Order: sequence, then structure tokens, then C-alpha cells
Amino acid sequence: MKLFRLQKGTRERAIARIVLFLVILTAVMIAGSHIPLDSIYVDLENINHPPGLTHLFGTDWVGRDMLTRTVKGLSLSIWVGIICSLSSTVIAAVFGILGPTLGGKADAVISWLVDLTLSVPHTILIILVSIACGGGFKGIVVGVAATHWTSLTRIIRAEVIRIHTSEYVMISKRFGKSRRFIALHHMVPHVVPQMVVGTILVFPHAILHEASITFLGFGLPPHEPAIGVILSESMKYLTSGQWWLAFFPGVCLICVSIMVSALGKSLEQIMDPVTAYKK
Amino acid sequence: MKRISVFIGKKLCKLLLLMLVVEVITFALMEASPIDPVTAYVGASTAIGAEQRELIAEKWGLNQPPASRFMSWLSNILKGDWGDSMIYRRPVMDVIRQKFLSSLALMAAAWLLSGILGFFLGVLSGYKEHSIIDRLISGYCHVLISTPAFWLGILFIIVFSVKLHWLPVGLSVPIGVLQSEVSFADKVRHLILPALTLTFTGIASICLHTREKTIEVLRSDYVIYARARGESGRSILHNHVYRNVLPPAVTLQFLSFSELFGGAVFVEQVFSYPGLGYTTVQAGLRSDMPLLMGITVISLIFVFSGNLIADLLYLVIDPRIRERRTE
Repeated sequence: MKLFRLQKGTRERAIARIVLFLVILTAVMIAGSHIPLDSIYVDLENINHPPGLTHLFGTDWVGRDMLTRTVKGLSLSIWVGIICSLSSTVIAAVFGILGPTLGGKADAVISWLVDLTLSVPHTILIILVSIACGGGFKGIVVGVAATHWTSLTRIIRAEVIRIHTSEYVMISKRFGKSRRFIALHHMVPHVVPQMVVGTILVFPHAILHEASITFLGFGLPPHEPAIGVILSESMKYLTSGQWWLAFFPGVCLICVSIMVSALGKSLEQIMDPVTAYKK
Repeated sequence: MKRISVFIGKKLCKLLLLMLVVEVITFALMEASPIDPVTAYVGASTAIGAEQRELIAEKWGLNQPPASRFMSWLSNILKGDWGDSMIYRRPVMDVIRQKFLSSLALMAAAWLLSGILGFFLGVLSGYKEHSIIDRLISGYCHVLISTPAFWLGILFIIVFSVKLHWLPVGLSVPIGVLQSEVSFADKVRHLILPALTLTFTGIASICLHTREKTIEVLRSDYVIYARARGESGRSILHNHVYRNVLPPAVTLQFLSFSELFGGAVFVEQVFSYPGLGYTTVQAGLRSDMPLLMGITVISLIFVFSGNLIADLLYLVIDPRIRERRTE
């Protein structure tokens, strides 16, 4: 009876979700990085095989197994996602905390930088940055990080301003607590959870943008096993009816993106004491 | 009225500053690129020798130092000359005007459809909170947020063009038909799939926002009081929900110009639809600097005007803000 109730709890369910998704994502990552490149071999006897028991996702026009290519591509996407979201969080944390702390001109400049970044569509900015870096892995990472720090910066900045002006911080100051104490005991507990959740929620955007920009031809080079490359190659074979080349890799990409954002939301829910036990 | 003109004046100054900075950044980014514009232009062909390369570079002024090139480019802009596109060999503004018009048809259709559909789906979903309809609609929106626009386009091509043969695969006009013989119906047929793709990706955010707002309004004191007075569901929708939910939804739709433009780039690429998005990709892949800088400015103005309209609408639509302004 007690076990049954535990299962029904919102918090337990959120934790179960987090663990499940983490396991799946790590499994994909490990599987992807342990598949040797030569297992994606050219097999001209089995070209254009529709999805079936031997090849779950079918094979492409030179007989490569699409499931292997997809897993390889997903693990690459997850890596790009991790690096991009971590670096945009670092930018957001520095700007979001420095702005209100320094105040005045510095704060105005940072707000203006956010406006500037948002004034041009993300796609165009990523394309430009990616050209500046000469394309490839570096171009994608820098491009996505350079465009995705804005929303998190705004959130962190607002939070820091709110805490700075809150009563308990004022009281703390009157009691003669040092800036270090205030930063450690009042700022960190509020800002760090937001940063963790923010990082995870940037992740889906990052991998979708990575695939999209690679699809356009600005990102990862054609010889990499990336999802964007697979999808842009598949465009040539769509009209001859080989739908599986585009369908399964896309569905998998969407699944990864949904899993990560569900992970972020569950984490947000259990980290905030207000919503942790709420239905 | 005077307040509004002062407001617009301030905004225009802001726009000019943004344009200048964005152009400097664009120029610097293109300069920093290790991709040689001449190589990007001629491709991998070996038929072009070093001397001819020099000639091409000289014709485009590539052999001058970056700073002086930027200044001459800027002074030409002030005279209204945006330079010539390297890949289309026509004035940049001509190219942009032509491509922007065909993009505009696509974006306007998608913008209107996604706004209207998203709004009504959102109200329906919020009104029937926790019902099966609500779960279907919001589940669909959550999936759609995680779906890249170009993949949705590919899916539509697979279903509607390849399997069902209902609609053409791509381009904006039929192949092998003279420009003068292309009928309006042909153009519309070629517009349907790209516009639908862009619409479907645009619905999600407006729908989820409207749903949240509707739920919030339905939980408010005035709606509870209206229920207590015996107002019917329909009259509550008319008198309370629409009035409170519509203004922020319209504003949000104007603020989404940036995503609309970004989405159009991918959708046009998938359908080879010759609009501004497709041109952006071509200009980027072949390092057409003048065209790329022109497009950046146009996209900036496009996004900016969306934001400006949203701000102005707030001043005009919402009676609470309007009254305060005129006091």
C-alpha cells in the first residue's frame, strides 16, 4: 500500500522521469561514440533497403545501415548540445550577475547587447558566425552559443536584481554580513537552480539549431555522421520514394529534444520547493 | 498623438544605431572568415589562374584594406547605392526587392494562418482544460516546438507530393513553363506546402501562450462572479476571455517576426522556393558579402518593425494604457 502511494507521488514520478531520460540519453551517447566508423560500411548488395528486421531504419543508396548512422548522428548532436548549452550558460551567468552587481553603465551595456543579439533573426546570426569561423564543429558551437545566451541572461539578471532589493538581503547587510556571505547564502541558492534548469532548456534549441544549420550546409562537414547531413542528403532521394532516409533520423532527433526538455521541466519542478510536491 | 510621434522618433534613432552596429559586426565577421570570397565564387574550378583571380579581386575591390572598403561601402549606402550582388550580378536592392516580395507572400500567409489557428486552438484548449481535446492540442504543441521546420517540410513533401501527388515538390512556378504563362493558380499551388509548413511551426508558441492566458482569465475573480450571476459559457468567452486574451496574443504574434524569418529560411531551402531565405543561404554559401549585408539590414528592419508595431499596438489597443497616456 505504501509502495503504491509512493509511485503516485508527483515528486517520485518526476525523479523517475529524470532517471529514465538520463539513462536513455547516456546510452545513446555511449553507443554512438563506441560504434566504430567502419561499421557504417558501404554494402552495395543491400542498397535502398526499406525498413525491416535486418535493417530497422532501412539502408541508404550505398547500403549503409541507417540505424547506425542515426545513433552516431544523435550522439554527435548531444555532444554539440552539451557544449553549446554549457558555454551559453557561462556567458549568461557572467553577464546576468555582473550587470546588476556593477549597475549603471555596465548594466545598460549588457541590456543593450541582449537587444542587439535579438535584433537580427537567430538563423542569420548563426550563419554569419559560422562563416566567420570557417564552418565545421567550431562554427556551430560558437554560433549557437553566441545566440542562445540572451534569454537566460535576462532571467538571471532579473533574479539577481530581485534578490539584491529583497528585504532579507537588506537585513543581512544591516547585520554586517560580508558581501561574500550574502553572495554564498542568498544569491547562490536562488540563482544556481535557475542556471541548471536554464542550461538544460537551452539544450533542445541547440541541437535543433545544429541540425538545421548543418542541413543548410553551414555547419558540420558532409563527411561527419550528423543528423543534419543525413537529412540534407535524403532530400535527393525523397522523390524516388525513399521516405525512411528522412523519417527515422528526424523522429529520433525530435525524441531526444523532447526528452531533454521534459528532463529540464521535471528538474525545475523538484528543485523548487513550491512545486516539488504539488500535483 | 504627440507622445506617439516622440516615441517613434526615439525608436528610429535606436534603429539607426542598431543598423550601424549590426553592419560593422557583419562586415567584421565576414572579414574574419577563412573562406576566400574569390574561391567561394569560382568554386573548385582550376581553369582560373592566379592572374584572373587577381582581376576578380580587383573588380570587387577585395585588394583594398578592410577599413577603407567598409567606409566606401558605408558612404555609398548613404547615397542609396547598396552595391552589386556578386552571384546575381545585379544591384543588391533589386535582388532583395524581388526575393522579399515572394517571401512576403509566404510569410504573410503563414503568419495570418498560424495566428488565427493558434489563437482559437489555444482558447479551446484553455477553456476545456484537462479534457482530451486540451491534451491533444497541448501535446501537439509541445511536440511541434521540438520539431525543426525543415523536417516538417520534408515530411509534407513525402506525404503530399510523393505519396499522394496532390501538390508540387518545390519551386514557386511549374518547370518548363514560360514566365508569362504561369497562372495565379499555379503560384498558389506552389505556395501551399511551404506556407503550411511555416504555419504549423508557428502555431505552437501562440497556442500555448493563449492557453495559459485563457486558463488565467477563467480563474479570475470577475469570471467567477460572472458565473455566479449566471452568465453562460459563450457569453463569458465573448465578454471576458476574448477581450483579455486577444491583445497579448496579437502582440506576441508581432514579436514573432524574428522566428518567422528564421523559419522561412529553412522552409524556402527545403522547397527551393526562391525567396529571401533561399537567397540568404546562397549568398552565405558563396560569400556574397554585399548581398549578405543587405539581407542582414532588411531582416533587422523587418524584426524591428514587428517589435515597433507590437509596442504601438499596446499603446492603442489596451484601454488601460491608452487612458493613462492621455491623462
